[in-house]
Amino acid sequence: MITFDHVSKIYPNGVQGLTDINLTIAQGEFVAIIGLSGAGKSTLLRSINKLVPITEGDIRVNERSVTKANKKELRLIRRQIGLISQQFNLVKRSTVQKNVLSGRLGYYSTWKSILGLFTKEDYQQTQTALASVGLSDKLQTRSDQLSGGQQQRVLIARALVQQAPIILADEPVASLDPITTEKVMHDLQQINQTMAKTIVINLHSVPLARTYATRVIALKAGKIVFDGSPEVLTDERLEQIYGKAIFEESGGDL
Amino acid sequence: MMVKDIKKRTWVWCSIFMAFVLLALLTLDYSSLSTFSLTMGQEVIRGLSKPDWSFFYDGSGEDLFSLLLLTLAIACLGTLIAAVLAIPITLISAANLWQSAPWVAKIGKMICNVLRAFPELVYAIIFVKVVGPGPFAGVMAIGVHQIGMLGKLFTEEMEAMNDHLIEEAQAVGANFWQTMFFVRVPYLAPIYSSFALNHFEIAVRSAATLGLVGAGGIGAPLIFAIQTRTWSKVSIILLGVVVTVFLLDQLTGIIRKKLR
Amino acid sequence: MKLRDTVHFHLYKHLLLLIFLLLCFQSSVWITGADFTKIWTNSNQMTAFFARFLHPDVRYIPKLLLPLLKTLQMSFLGTIIGVAMALPFSLLATTVFTENRWLSIVIRFILGLIRTVPNLLLAALFVAIVGIGEATGVLTIAVFTFGMVSQLMFQAIETIDQAPIEAAAAVGANKWQITIYAILPQVMGQFASYTFYAFEVNVRASTVLGYVGAGGIGVILNASLALMNYERVSIIILLILITVAVVDFCSERVRRAFL
Repeated sequence: MITFDHVSKIYPNGVQGLTDINLTIAQGEFVAIIGLSGAGKSTLLRSINKLVPITEGDIRVNERSVTKANKKELRLIRRQIGLISQQFNLVKRSTVQKNVLSGRLGYYSTWKSILGLFTKEDYQQTQTALASVGLSDKLQTRSDQLSGGQQQRVLIARALVQQAPIILADEPVASLDPITTEKVMHDLQQINQTMAKTIVINLHSVPLARTYATRVIALKAGKIVFDGSPEVLTDERLEQIYGKAIFEESGGDL
Repeated sequence: MMVKDIKKRTWVWCSIFMAFVLLALLTLDYSSLSTFSLTMGQEVIRGLSKPDWSFFYDGSGEDLFSLLLLTLAIACLGTLIAAVLAIPITLISAANLWQSAPWVAKIGKMICNVLRAFPELVYAIIFVKVVGPGPFAGVMAIGVHQIGMLGKLFTEEMEAMNDHLIEEAQAVGANFWQTMFFVRVPYLAPIYSSFALNHFEIAVRSAATLGLVGAGGIGAPLIFAIQTRTWSKVSIILLGVVVTVFLLDQLTGIIRKKLR
Repeated sequence: MKLRDTVHFHLYKHLLLLIFLLLCFQSSVWITGADFTKIWTNSNQMTAFFARFLHPDVRYIPKLLLPLLKTLQMSFLGTIIGVAMALPFSLLATTVFTENRWLSIVIRFILGLIRTVPNLLLAALFVAIVGIGEATGVLTIAVFTFGMVSQLMFQAIETIDQAPIEAAAAVGANKWQITIYAILPQVMGQFASYTFYAFEVNVRASTVLGYVGAGGIGVILNASLALMNYERVSIIILLILITVAVVDFCSERVRRAFL
């Protein structure tokens, strides 16, 4: 469960990133966050695991405060949260296997992980996770030899292996072609439905949000302007909130 | 590039520049050239074109082959030591590793700059006095100088690393050393090796000259041959050095391509 | 579970590399007769040495200013001459300018030869041929710069955009016109940059060239060292360091102003 309690973020240069966000996300929800560029989607998402520190308020993950956590506590909280980013953040020269296993780093002591002493279960998990995203044959391939879509699926596999109950995805399909986008969104939906993991995903495409999410949150200039099920988010409602701009940003595929 | 279009300001600067050049040319001490004569030049060329092949290998340990090997060994050992020691220096010089205490990184960088500033010759002279003449002094001289040079290069690469990757690893719970070994090391290892190889080549050239001050290698016999005007010996030594460096160049080029 | 299936996939390769490096280390130690313990045992010598070193003889500074100036003059002239020769040669060496591949290969070979010889040895060579003095230093620096800058320029010319060249050729320009209008404008910026770089390298190098008699402050450095006058040596080195830093700084300023 993720709770935002009167959360605000002001950047050092004075720009207001988030304004008085109050939000509760229960375990098992598939939440899509939409909004124009610069609305604060990334800020919101990345404040959940404190990649972006907030200036006011409190964020709690499963009753533990992220805002007040010290380094050790933060590490414990973070290993319970998976992250999939837009820019395929794989270590290019490492193999797919090593990249996927790195999701478990939070569960290992420094020495063991440096010496590469991962448990047999984790190796099994890696194989299973890669199979479920359809990349079993790429186990020992160097990561930079994969296509964009494949790299993104490796990140999903990593989130799976991490066995985190919460997965954050920051515009994971923004630079993918339509077919791969469908595949990735479908994989995420499967994970949400079969493993009851909470998925919080930033999307710039409203149709995708409508198709896959159980709950849509719309941000505008750092404030929540809509929070509800996708059925309630009609085109008229959208235009009310954003004006015509939202249709242009969605690439005209509404 | 019509002459008329060139701005007046450019003309002014150009003329000042040319004035400097002229001044420099006129005030130079040309006395050395008076000792040069055409016959001497011919003698040099004649001598240089007859390399003394007997010097190449005579099993005495003082021949060209052994000395070239010695020079390579000096460069190799010096670069190895420097490459290994440059890593801890990099760890304390990289600003992005010390965001909570930036003064540490400044000190680290200062150490590198100081080590880099002295020419290797000066280090060689110092070490000859400390550990005695011979190849070891050359090793230490090259080693110490290269720590500074490699340290600076390593630090620049470390600081240029995209922090996003590190952030992502930390986001799922990796601690400092884990990010070091899982993210930074795989990225930096080929780059560092490439630098080290490049500097090995540079070190070979330095090692050849350090013999001048008694730090071992091919430098001493070469200088001696030059000063005694034994041109045939000079030519064979120069030939040896050129061929060695050329082969080394090719070899390291191949290895560096494979590192990419 | 086999090793092959784990992250230690490349363990064997890494181990082999490590062993190879250790072999290099050991054999180098053996060949050079390196004895690292000597550093500790002779550390008292080093401290004595440093004690003298840390008391630079500041009274000697006035006598050093002229040689320093001469050193800078040497580097300046040598750089200019070397660079002036480098540009035509690098043009000749590229296949962009010369259609004849063989000429390009021959020139690159000669340049490679020049670049291989360390510049201190070049200096010693020229001193023996031409004689002691500053002019020899200028000659050495000119030749060394010529080798270094030609290589850099050659690489720059080879990587320029072909489009302007094709465009110029298409409207009927001859080789010279193509060079001036299509090639040179693209590489002038880099050329200037390399000139500054060469000057900075040469200032550092010229300080020691005097060691073999090629003029400048290196001559005094040599003399002071021979006389074991370390206080003087230390002030000379200090001045050299300051000069190099000042030159680097000015060079940076001028670069930013003009490029």
